[in-house]
Amino acid sequence: MWSAFWCILQRDLRLGLRRRTEVLTALAFFMIVVSLFPLGIGTERQTLQILGPGVVWVAALLASMLALERLFAADYEDGTLEQLVLTPQPLSLLVLAKVAAHWLLTGLPLVLIAPLVGMQYHLTPTQIVIMMLALGLGTPVLGLIGSIGAALTLGVRGGGILLSLLILPLYIPVLVYGAGAIEVSRIASTDAQPYLLLLAAFLLTALTLAPLAGAAALKIALE
Amino acid sequence: MALNPFKFAAPAVFYPLANRLIPWFWTLTGILLALGLYWGFFQTPDQLGGNNAQKEYYRIIFVHVPAAWMSMWLYVIMVFWAAVGLVFNTRLSFMMANAVAPTGAIFTFLALWTGAFWGRPSWGTYWDWDPRLTSELVLFFLYLGYLALHAAIDDQRRADRAAALLAIVGLVIVPVIYWSINCPDPTQCASLHQRSNLTRIEGNILFAMLTMTLAFWMYSFATSLMRLRTLILEREAEASWVQELLNPRGGR
Repeated sequence: MWSAFWCILQRDLRLGLRRRTEVLTALAFFMIVVSLFPLGIGTERQTLQILGPGVVWVAALLASMLALERLFAADYEDGTLEQLVLTPQPLSLLVLAKVAAHWLLTGLPLVLIAPLVGMQYHLTPTQIVIMMLALGLGTPVLGLIGSIGAALTLGVRGGGILLSLLILPLYIPVLVYGAGAIEVSRIASTDAQPYLLLLAAFLLTALTLAPLAGAAALKIALE
Repeated sequence: MALNPFKFAAPAVFYPLANRLIPWFWTLTGILLALGLYWGFFQTPDQLGGNNAQKEYYRIIFVHVPAAWMSMWLYVIMVFWAAVGLVFNTRLSFMMANAVAPTGAIFTFLALWTGAFWGRPSWGTYWDWDPRLTSELVLFFLYLGYLALHAAIDDQRRADRAAALLAIVGLVIVPVIYWSINCPDPTQCASLHQRSNLTRIEGNILFAMLTMTLAFWMYSFATSLMRLRTLILEREAEASWVQELLNPRGGR
């Protein structure tokens, strides 16, 4: 069973790395959105420090949502997805593998580039560490929840815009606690602990439930 | 005679039943609305609370609270029918979920809208990012997402099942709305909605509010059944009983 998981993970990673521009677009989008805000609202140090956490998370939400469209689309078009549904292995495990690969390609780069963004917004070093932790816990949740929406909107007219309507409301808890963790760590890093624990709880819940819902959604889409 | 719970699951059997029930629900809606509004306007105290009392404008409560309750209940009912549809694969349950959704969305909007008008005189603002307001807004988006997803998929069966799954996933928001006023530490999260306790409300106000709630229930039944009737005719248009209903003489 796990060999199927690894197999899908490796395949998706290899495919993703062969089409590097697609992977990098999400990252570039994230950086551009984050860089636009100071130009729009003014570059005052204090304003940026207040807005930084929220802006980073909203940009991460949008970047992850844009990337989601491609989570199943290519496999859906060439028929691979149907074969995956037909395999004897549990579909939820295969969905989990695809989401894991997707996160490694589009979520992890956001976490790694976060310090750069932190400097743009004059965040303190502790805040930057907390931001990386929060993004590391939160972006997989975005991918997991998003996979349900991506599966539901497969091959649907206006899928992209519809996906945002379905998924963004469900992203709100991650946004609230993710941004909150960075915000409160301005004074003391220990204040962020409850926020990070809640994010970890979201991650565990999403890890157990989202692949099941995603698999059900895929079966509906391919009926 | 054994009771068959699936007897009314057949659209052809349910359609006449809906026809017979709708006038009753409309009548009850009218009576209860009239009673609730009369009681709310003329039999209740002119102001609410002791010091810093809310004057006449507190009467928004008679629309606001029932609408907010309905928005949550109707979502739960919608999810119930969606889940029944996914489990038993009955066409009528999906139609039921579909018929309830617009009414639920309207009540959610009504709760937000009347809340804004109540908030202006009592809190000094139309909108605040109070946890309850925010979660109610999310509920509104979930209703919209359900309707949009259903409308975007052409294949009826897939649309039903996909939207049903989305509704079930969205159910997480209902307990969040319900408990969103239980703020453990008032300095951490500012909640403008106070904790409510039905037993502490003045008798006349409570009576008017509950009457209005019943009226809204009846209204929801009536509109949902009317929408359901249209959905049945639309989807079963090829069935022979619909053809007979539309052309009683048998000619096409």
